[in-house]
Amino acid sequence: MYDPTVARLTYRGLLGRRRALILGALPVLLIVISVAVRAFTGTDDQVAADVLGGFALATMVPIIGVIAGTGAIGPEIDDGSVVYLLAKPIKRPTIIFTKLIVAIAVTMAFSAIPTFLAGMILNGNGQQIAVAYTVAALVASIAYAALFLLLGTITRHAVVFGLVYALVWEALFGSLVAGARTLSVQQWSLAVAHEVTGGDLVTSDVGLATGTVLLIAVTVVATWFAGQKLRTLTLAGEE
Amino acid sequence: MTTLNIDHVSRWFGNVVAVNDITMTISPGVTGLLGPNGAGKSTLINMMGGFLAPSTGSVTLDGQAVWRNEQIYRQIGIVPEREAMYDFLTGREFVVANAELHGLGKKAAQKALATVEMEYAQDRKISTYSKGMRQRVKMASALVHEPSLLLLDEPFNGMDPRQRMQLMDLLRRMGDEGRTVLFSSHILEEVEQLASHIEVIVAGRHAASGDFRRIRRLMTDRPHRYLVRSSDDRALAAALIADPSTSGIEVDLQEGALRIQAVDFGRFTALLPRVARDHGIRLLAVSPSDESLESVFSYLVAA
Ligand SMILES: Nc1ncnc2c1ncn2[C@@H]1O[C@H](COP(=O)(O)OP(=O)(O)O)[C@@H](O)[C@H]1O
Ligand SMILES: [Mg+2]
Repeated sequence: MYDPTVARLTYRGLLGRRRALILGALPVLLIVISVAVRAFTGTDDQVAADVLGGFALATMVPIIGVIAGTGAIGPEIDDGSVVYLLAKPIKRPTIIFTKLIVAIAVTMAFSAIPTFLAGMILNGNGQQIAVAYTVAALVASIAYAALFLLLGTITRHAVVFGLVYALVWEALFGSLVAGARTLSVQQWSLAVAHEVTGGDLVTSDVGLATGTVLLIAVTVVATWFAGQKLRTLTLAGEE
Repeated sequence: MTTLNIDHVSRWFGNVVAVNDITMTISPGVTGLLGPNGAGKSTLINMMGGFLAPSTGSVTLDGQAVWRNEQIYRQIGIVPEREAMYDFLTGREFVVANAELHGLGKKAAQKALATVEMEYAQDRKISTYSKGMRQRVKMASALVHEPSLLLLDEPFNGMDPRQRMQLMDLLRRMGDEGRTVLFSSHILEEVEQLASHIEVIVAGRHAASGDFRRIRRLMTDRPHRYLVRSSDDRALAAALIADPSTSGIEVDLQEGALRIQAVDFGRFTALLPRVARDHGIRLLAVSPSDESLESVFSYLVAA
């Protein structure tokens, strides 16, 4: 199921100089914001929850997920180098599963670690806020990576669609339309995070059971579908 | 012994028919797939390699389907036309990765790198390679598992003459070992030098098939057209038309030149200067007016 060579190629492609810079930019911004907020307002649990919920989980995690998820396969399909993976006696779902693991690991590393650090800076994990949002970032990383890996497999415009989903649906639309909020990776991961704090600083529009089931369903279905898509991926000549 | 069977294969993209009802058998030895740009060579090779589904028809390797059958790649090696190939790796890292993906190790990779004579640059990043070096590393990646079928799409593009000769030697050797080697090219000379068997495709159709002598004959037996300027076009025309190697002459007043159609290429090229000399006519310009490969091919298809 997991191929270390595919993983190595994917890591090296993802963490190439330019993409690593993009991946690193938002976490750095989060830390800078946190230091500034802490310096100006001191420790405030509500402010900590606002920064982590409003910026880290609502904006940074999905964007990192888009970059890592689509970047784990999209560029190879775009430039045709995926032919070197496909011309091998390796099961297509194995290629997808391996790339998913890599995308999850990279998304977690670039989103959950900075979220935890930011939480510690903001209020020293008071009311478990840092841990709660870190857990939310971890579980959201899994679903985002799977969704955006699928997107990278089926369309050349995966980054654009991914960013539209992340920014318009999750951040903007979700805050206006109630229905959209139940169909949101962010809300599902918040349901899990709520369980960690227990308090009402971290809340979600969906219950824990619903959130967990939907997170797992989206991850499994997206991964399965991406594997099927790769099986029949066609490489045509340069148009 | 590996035989690739292409059975009534067509492939269209929307309204464009890229490959039109082609049936051919690729046997052990070196086969050249010859055709002008846009003829459908890459499309056909992609279907042979299992990267594109035929719209109709089937491609099988010793009876096994190629499409959606990843186990087939134990027997197939592929050198794609496109350049992209994990440029952030060194040549050695790239070939080792390809070997690992076949379940093989560094040894197989090293052997393949030695075969294409790329050991001297194996630790440089692929992004720093010349086109010929890239081509050879691609070749090494296709050879790691010693495939019985090797498919190469325009492998000589961008190679200098020495590299071209090396690769030809290598492919010839592989053909002699009993492997099935198929390469595409739009250059007749390239195919002639290397392929023991030639398949010609034009505009998606299978135009001709045979060894290079047969293809050459098909190409030279067709009428050749020349545009000739001389000091006395009328006298030259009168003298030439008497000879059976000339099948038609037209005086083009606008151009101020003769349009000559010759049926016997060899005889005509000897005749023209002799006639001119005998009649004291100076030849100012002699140019073939339809020697583009396309016109040669369209003649073949019409035949
Ligand atoms: N993916 C594609 N979409 C649309 N048309 C294509 C595609 N791939 C190839 N074609 C068309 O099919 C024909 C054959 O192309 P190709 O196989 O690349 O020819 P060759 O390799 O002989 O130059 C061309 O007319 C080309 O434009
Ligand atoms: Mg081509």
